[in-house]
Amino acid sequence: MSEELDRRQFLKGSAMLAGLAIAPGMLLYDLAHGRSLNEPASSAVRWGMLIDTSQCESGCDDCVKACNKENGLPGGTRPTDEQWIRKVELKDMRTGKATSLPMMCQHCEEPPCVDVCPTGASFRRADGIVLVDRHLCIGCRYCMMACPYKARSFVHEPLHDQKPDVPRGKGTVESCTLCVQRIDRGENNTACAEACSKAGHKAILFGNLNDPDSEISKRIRTVASTQIRADLGLNPGLHYEGL
Amino acid sequence: MDALLKNRRDSRNFYLLVALGLLIVAAGLAAAHYMEEYGHIVTGMNNQVVWGMPHVFAIFMIVSASGVLNVASIGSVFGQAPYKARAPLAGLLSIALLAGGLTVLMLDLGRPERVIVAATQFNLKSVFAWNVFLYSGLFAFVGIYLWTLMEKRMNSWSKPAGLLVFAWRIILTTGTGMIFAFLVARQAYGTALLPPMFIVMSFAWGLAVFLIVQAAMYGWNEMQLHPAILKRLKNLLGLFVISVIYLVTAYHMTNLYFARQSAFEHFILVDGGIYPMLFWGGYLFVGSLIPLFLIYFPGMGGSRHVLAASILVILGSFSLLYVFIVGGQAFPLSIFPGYEVTSSFGDGQIAHYAPSLPEILLGCGGLGVAFLITAIGVRALNFLPRDAAD
Repeated sequence: MSEELDRRQFLKGSAMLAGLAIAPGMLLYDLAHGRSLNEPASSAVRWGMLIDTSQCESGCDDCVKACNKENGLPGGTRPTDEQWIRKVELKDMRTGKATSLPMMCQHCEEPPCVDVCPTGASFRRADGIVLVDRHLCIGCRYCMMACPYKARSFVHEPLHDQKPDVPRGKGTVESCTLCVQRIDRGENNTACAEACSKAGHKAILFGNLNDPDSEISKRIRTVASTQIRADLGLNPGLHYEGL
Repeated sequence: MDALLKNRRDSRNFYLLVALGLLIVAAGLAAAHYMEEYGHIVTGMNNQVVWGMPHVFAIFMIVSASGVLNVASIGSVFGQAPYKARAPLAGLLSIALLAGGLTVLMLDLGRPERVIVAATQFNLKSVFAWNVFLYSGLFAFVGIYLWTLMEKRMNSWSKPAGLLVFAWRIILTTGTGMIFAFLVARQAYGTALLPPMFIVMSFAWGLAVFLIVQAAMYGWNEMQLHPAILKRLKNLLGLFVISVIYLVTAYHMTNLYFARQSAFEHFILVDGGIYPMLFWGGYLFVGSLIPLFLIYFPGMGGSRHVLAASILVILGSFSLLYVFIVGGQAFPLSIFPGYEVTSSFGDGQIAHYAPSLPEILLGCGGLGVAFLITAIGVRALNFLPRDAAD
């Protein structure tokens, strides 16, 4: 009888111990992955970027190369080639001040591309990422007419060697996805931001604008930043510092 | 014997015309297939000029499809007999032009095989999606209207049907104008002036198409248009051409007054190369002033003059649409006002666009579709306008 009790207690004890040992791991796993693939994106998160133009080096295009590599883009620069991110060189016409910055889809809260899309192929995910559903896009290019940032490209030629996690299609429109494949894997950083940090510039800060404790939220609270064409009232997810 | 000979000759000429139409449509389809096979790289369009020559053709046809119904509306809604006699032909032309325009728009899509997606998945906030309903509605309502006109038992319904068509086509062209008016960030577009401007353009262009087709039909049947009716129609065309000049002027004047728009206006009207040339030479001189001269100048205004004026109005419409659509996109977006901008993606630069042969063939193919529907419709059914005096 007592032997049986001992065994029972032993089993109970080991189960608890095992539970204690695994729990932090499970918790960490949960934190790292955010959500499973079956779970929809949540509006508790709004992904965005803060770009510090004073740290962005003129002539450096590490972010562009990293984006091309991550998303399997050929990297051509003809007017018909796809460019999800580009380096823009600016010169203030009044003061002559030169600025360099990366330009891409601004992931607006009120995206004109989503409004005008006839089939609903252009859509905004709950977590603020603006995407194109490659199965619904009919290639009418109305979103490209509507985008105030010239952020979108049309695939003008047949595609080869696509990356399996970045589906693309000839005759459809595409643009920066904020590396959605990475976000959905739980790697909460984009290829461009990572490359910029690696190059030592740290000009691109990616993060959750809805989390008051995230680094990006703290920075936006403390430094002067602006949104491009803020006058249009689209509330982009990308903020620029030093512009 | 003479009648028999004429009948034979007519038949032969008709089949020749149909063969010609089929040839043009086939060339358009071949061009579309080529574009689909190789991608839009074989067109002149790019990531800056995303709408090109096919859209110039398509929008011309869609706008004219609505405007040509003016002739019918004046008859059915406002009860003018000479126009009533022309209502069936106007209805047929409307259906033909709309079909031609939509064929071009559809075949220019990056994924034309997904047209079924466009017909089943709707984003109700999109003015493009609204247009899908407006187009299919116009086909249906003009079809019903034609039925009430051509079936004696239904004649009493022609007035309400005409009223419905009248309202619908005004809404339809408003929708076409809104496609551009809703573009918030483009200097050339994004103004509430565009829907009324498109409506007035539709009046002029639709009537010009009507007059050309009517002249061809009268010529074919060796008939003369009654001078009084010719005078009314030509005066109406002149009035519409003047109205278009008025709205186009108001549009450019508004832009010129806004300092932030002056660089764009300077580009379109002065130093933009092909665009100012087409605006002043193609639209204003050839497409408006010469037609007005042919219509109103003493000694002018005969049937040949009016026919020439109509053809020139259509040439002018293509010029104006090219400037509006292509020129409006070629000018760079103002993303960073106050800055000089350069990038690998054409920021701050005037975009280059040269229409390629497949694009032009596709556009002509759409005109071919409209021509075939008209030719076969006119041959098979009684669309010839007959006035009481005849």
